[in-house]
Amino acid sequence: MAKRIDVNGLNAYYGGHKAIEDITLHVEPRSVTAFIGPSGCGKSTFLRTLNRMHEVTPGGRVEGEVLLDNENLYGPGVDPVQVRRTVGMVFQRPNPFPTMSIYDNVLAGVRLNGIRYSRSQLDDLVEKNLRGANLWKEVKDRLHKPGAGLSGGQQQRLCLARATAVEPDVLLMDEPCSALDPISTLAIEDLIDQMKSRYTIVIVTHNMQQAARVSERTAFFNLAGVGQPGRLIEVDATDKIFSNPSEKATEDYISGRFG
Amino acid sequence: MSDTDRTRNEPGPERRGGPPRPPEVAPENGGVAQEHDRAAHELAAVAPMVSGQSVPVHPETARPAEVPSETRVEEHQERVIITPPVRPPTMGLRRPRLPRWTPLGLAVGSLAFAVAVGLVAGLDSRVQWGLIAALVFVAANFALTAAVEGRRQAVDKLALSLIWTSFLVAVLPLASLVWETVARGIPTVSWDFLTHSMNGVLSWQQGGGIYHALLATLQQVALASLIAIPIGLLTAVYLVEYGRGSLARAITFFVDVMTGIPSIVAGLFVLTLWIMALDFGYSGFAGALALSILMMPIVVRATEEMLKLVPNELREAALALGVPKWRVILKVVLPTAIGGITTGVMLAIARIAGETAPILLLVFGSNLINANPFEGPQSSLPLFVYEQWGYGTEEAYDRAWAAALVLIVLIMILNLVARGVARWKAPKTGR
Ligand SMILES: Nc1ncnc2c1ncn2[C@@H]1O[C@H](COP(=O)(O)OP(=O)(O)O)[C@@H](O)[C@H]1O
Ligand SMILES: [Mg+2]
Repeated sequence: MAKRIDVNGLNAYYGGHKAIEDITLHVEPRSVTAFIGPSGCGKSTFLRTLNRMHEVTPGGRVEGEVLLDNENLYGPGVDPVQVRRTVGMVFQRPNPFPTMSIYDNVLAGVRLNGIRYSRSQLDDLVEKNLRGANLWKEVKDRLHKPGAGLSGGQQQRLCLARATAVEPDVLLMDEPCSALDPISTLAIEDLIDQMKSRYTIVIVTHNMQQAARVSERTAFFNLAGVGQPGRLIEVDATDKIFSNPSEKATEDYISGRFG
Repeated sequence: MSDTDRTRNEPGPERRGGPPRPPEVAPENGGVAQEHDRAAHELAAVAPMVSGQSVPVHPETARPAEVPSETRVEEHQERVIITPPVRPPTMGLRRPRLPRWTPLGLAVGSLAFAVAVGLVAGLDSRVQWGLIAALVFVAANFALTAAVEGRRQAVDKLALSLIWTSFLVAVLPLASLVWETVARGIPTVSWDFLTHSMNGVLSWQQGGGIYHALLATLQQVALASLIAIPIGLLTAVYLVEYGRGSLARAITFFVDVMTGIPSIVAGLFVLTLWIMALDFGYSGFAGALALSILMMPIVVRATEEMLKLVPNELREAALALGVPKWRVILKVVLPTAIGGITTGVMLAIARIAGETAPILLLVFGSNLINANPFEGPQSSLPLFVYEQWGYGTEEAYDRAWAAALVLIVLIMILNLVARGVARWKAPKTGR
């Protein structure tokens, strides 16, 4: 069940350093939103505030609110562990657990949370999520081999299957294809396209074509200068951002004049 | 979205125009000869990239590796005929080389030289002979290589010689120690020796055994491990996963200090606290307490290093799945590091198993079998060696060597087990 995200006046800090400032953004359920912007403008930081992963970094601190279907993630009494089960995440570098087989990797979230299922339920869960990640055909004969033995693209799809196995409502992806070859990238993009009917997806990308291909809305981030916090410059329908952005900075960035 | 479609169909610019590269063109022979034809200057853009790996080749075999432009089609067809790589020896890539057996010959030569010098000068120490031979070998090897192959190769040979020398210097004492112990210990080691105590055996009599000492050592080491491993592991987990600020710094500092505690001091500490102040008697357990003090910092250090090696990405991946931190540590971090941790712990055990000083102070020593480490004096293998050596009789010497051999074998078995576990538990990447 996809959920909508409303971010209001969000600041995030690393110790004394303010990394992003005053971000207000709304994300519709069952949509794909892309974050673009030059390196260091705080896209990853912002993404990580959406599932309370930012505070995992020592010194990480957040001000403002993030509403998930009108419930503030940073409200009193909210359990970050529960937040992360609801808002899943896929990282830039594929990171399957090296001690686990493919099968166990898919089930990692379920198992590590100590939920007990019967054997056949687990089998079904693995098959369903591997199929969902378009990986089932490739690995069904080696489910009990180590996940680290897969190719980079397969590993990233395994990580997707792992993220979806805990049945989140929102999926965050931080440059999920930047370590992958073009073919694997296409596979992931196709997957995003299929998955947007079930999840709210937010994807950070450095690849403008990718943003254009997969997203309905695009948010452009920028920073005024080195050491300055990153800001949200504009967010709009992807077509509009790429054809007729309202801000000069966006146009400059998209046409490759800086960044 | 026509832009989209174009990018999808064409994964890379090198696909555009021109036939695909024939498979037999390996990067080595696909280099660019700069003065090849009028295409040379157009290729200049490609050349720096390609020539980085390329070897100058015969002009006949040279062909542009990647020509993106459509205008080259006729030239492509002309160059599709590819001859196997020809490497004329005149291109300056080869240098004169000394024959393979040179080092061996030099070694034999310098050895003979050293023996001759030693005999003539009347040096009776074999160590001196060896040093002369080594010096002559290194010098001759360097000079000869410098003369024939050039300076860089000579320096390379010199470094190689130094590494080998260091290796020999490091290994020789170890090998001779093992050799000596085995040679002297083997005759006395027998099933009887392993299964009998020294009960009623006098120092000048043959027979007797180490059963009481072996049993006691195993018990003391096991008890020390039971105390030190959990505390050490938990400390390391705290330091790496939770520790911030002054408490963590203080703990790190004290662990460092503990690493440097001389074992006799640990023994004295337990002696004053446990035996004198708290008035418990001498026992194997008192020894185990001292051993655990010695073992703890080693376990902490080894575990800490291993936990730090676990990539942060794995922790974040697990946290992002909504796994509580303690479960992340238990199910992801520790299993990933378990191989290295096991090795570290086993090495710590091996390190304390041979410890003598605190045992001397705390378990008192005994010739009888005392299977209860919590009460009454016990023996231990290192202590046994020390006692037997002190008796000064031939028979006692033999027993000392044999016990030393058993101790070495015991520790070696621990190390082998550690390696086995480390390999068995190492994160698997196999396909
Ligand atoms: N772990 C960290 N500790 C301190 N500063 C950080 C950390 N991670 C990122 N930053 C800083 O936060 C800013 C935003 O970084 P990031 O969110 O990674 O940018 P992006 O993903 O857009 O490239 C940068 O100035 C970066 O130096
Ligand atoms: Mg980033």
